[in-house]
Amino acid sequence: MRNLIRFLSKNSVVFIFLFLEFIAFVLLVKNNNYQNSKILNSSNFLVGNLYTTINDVDEYFNLKEINAELAQQNAQLQSTNIKSFTKIFANTIEINDTTYAQKYIYTAAKVINNSTNERENYITLDKGAINGIKAGMGVVSAKGVIGTVKNVSKNFSSVMSVLHEKNAVSAKIKKSGYIGALTWELGNYKIAQLNDIPNHVKLHKGDTIVTSGYSLIYPEGVVIGWINDFSLPEGNNFYNINIALAVDYKKLSHVFVVKTLKKEEQQQLEHQSKTNNK
Amino acid sequence: MIGDIIKYSLIFILLILFQGLILNNIEMGGYINPYLYVLFILILPFQTPKWLSLVLGFILGLSIDIFTSTIGMHTSATIFMAFARTYLLAIIRPRDGYDFNTTPNLQQMGGTWFLIYSSILVFLHHLFLFFVESFKFSQFFDTLGRAILSTIFTITMVFIVQLFNFKNKNRV
Repeated sequence: MRNLIRFLSKNSVVFIFLFLEFIAFVLLVKNNNYQNSKILNSSNFLVGNLYTTINDVDEYFNLKEINAELAQQNAQLQSTNIKSFTKIFANTIEINDTTYAQKYIYTAAKVINNSTNERENYITLDKGAINGIKAGMGVVSAKGVIGTVKNVSKNFSSVMSVLHEKNAVSAKIKKSGYIGALTWELGNYKIAQLNDIPNHVKLHKGDTIVTSGYSLIYPEGVVIGWINDFSLPEGNNFYNINIALAVDYKKLSHVFVVKTLKKEEQQQLEHQSKTNNK
Repeated sequence: MIGDIIKYSLIFILLILFQGLILNNIEMGGYINPYLYVLFILILPFQTPKWLSLVLGFILGLSIDIFTSTIGMHTSATIFMAFARTYLLAIIRPRDGYDFNTTPNLQQMGGTWFLIYSSILVFLHHLFLFFVESFKFSQFFDTLGRAILSTIFTITMVFIVQLFNFKNKNRV
């Protein structure tokens, strides 16, 4: 016993080191799990508030660009307004019925922290649980796809950016309709990769890539980017495609959090079919 | 003693704010990040108990992690650095030992000693950090390259901060 105590006290520094390192790795591994670590991330209250203050100052320098972007978006929305349409055939009558049901609800939010230089980039938004934001919702901007909400606190939310090695966006080639998965690797924040496009599909440089809508996170048809270049490695059935991203992830300001209505219903049905088959 | 505690607490807070709010937004080519906050571990007094430097490393790393939402990454690297420091100090000890009341800085220990001391520790920290970050050895040279380049930048910044220190003390 005495020898054991002597051994422990002699090597106490090593044991403290191993103990602390153990804690660090437990935290690290736990944090990698999806939707874990709700307390200790950048959506936590203290740091979140600090970022808001910094961002308030920072925002003044970008007001001009933000205004231009918002004005452009207003114009876009105005043009889809029913008032800007005229009736072509006077003999048709407009009836308000239940043909249309709302599918997506958008909540405007402001980016208060952002990174593009990590392997796993996160964005912090100034809206949280009290604004109805939940983990798993999609985030888009006027220009394109931004990411998926990962953690939510009372007033802030943390978004897993498209620039995250573990984030795969379900994407579609707009022209041909083929579905692939969009991934990103550290290096260039303007370029992402599109996988799983089979070799018989005809591709052209500049083809638009949009979201597929299958993941129930983003609405269908949100622009992701354009084909920058592509290659077909010999003996491979799938293309290597580089996508020039539509969004400049270094210049994010106003974004929208998308809530997909009836998401649970669809997921439940799909789950039911899968389990019934077994 | 109390003065030291206040002084180091201030340095601690300043370094965390500087790192979290300014340096984390700096990047060169999407590849290099300077991590100046390790300066805190570098300049701890020689007489700091070993367990204390480990605990301080833990707190320091965790604070930086909270800023970057990467809990555990900086923490593990900073603990490792503090641990390596306890051994490195013994290895590169001057022949007549360290004077009481001195701290490892450019002015008191000289340029060569400080360069060896800081570059070994900063490199170990960055190497550990980038490997924990990628969590795989498949891109070994890519990660190694990142560590080396970032080390150069961090050490440059450490020296710049130390030179400021130098001037102030000479004037007094």
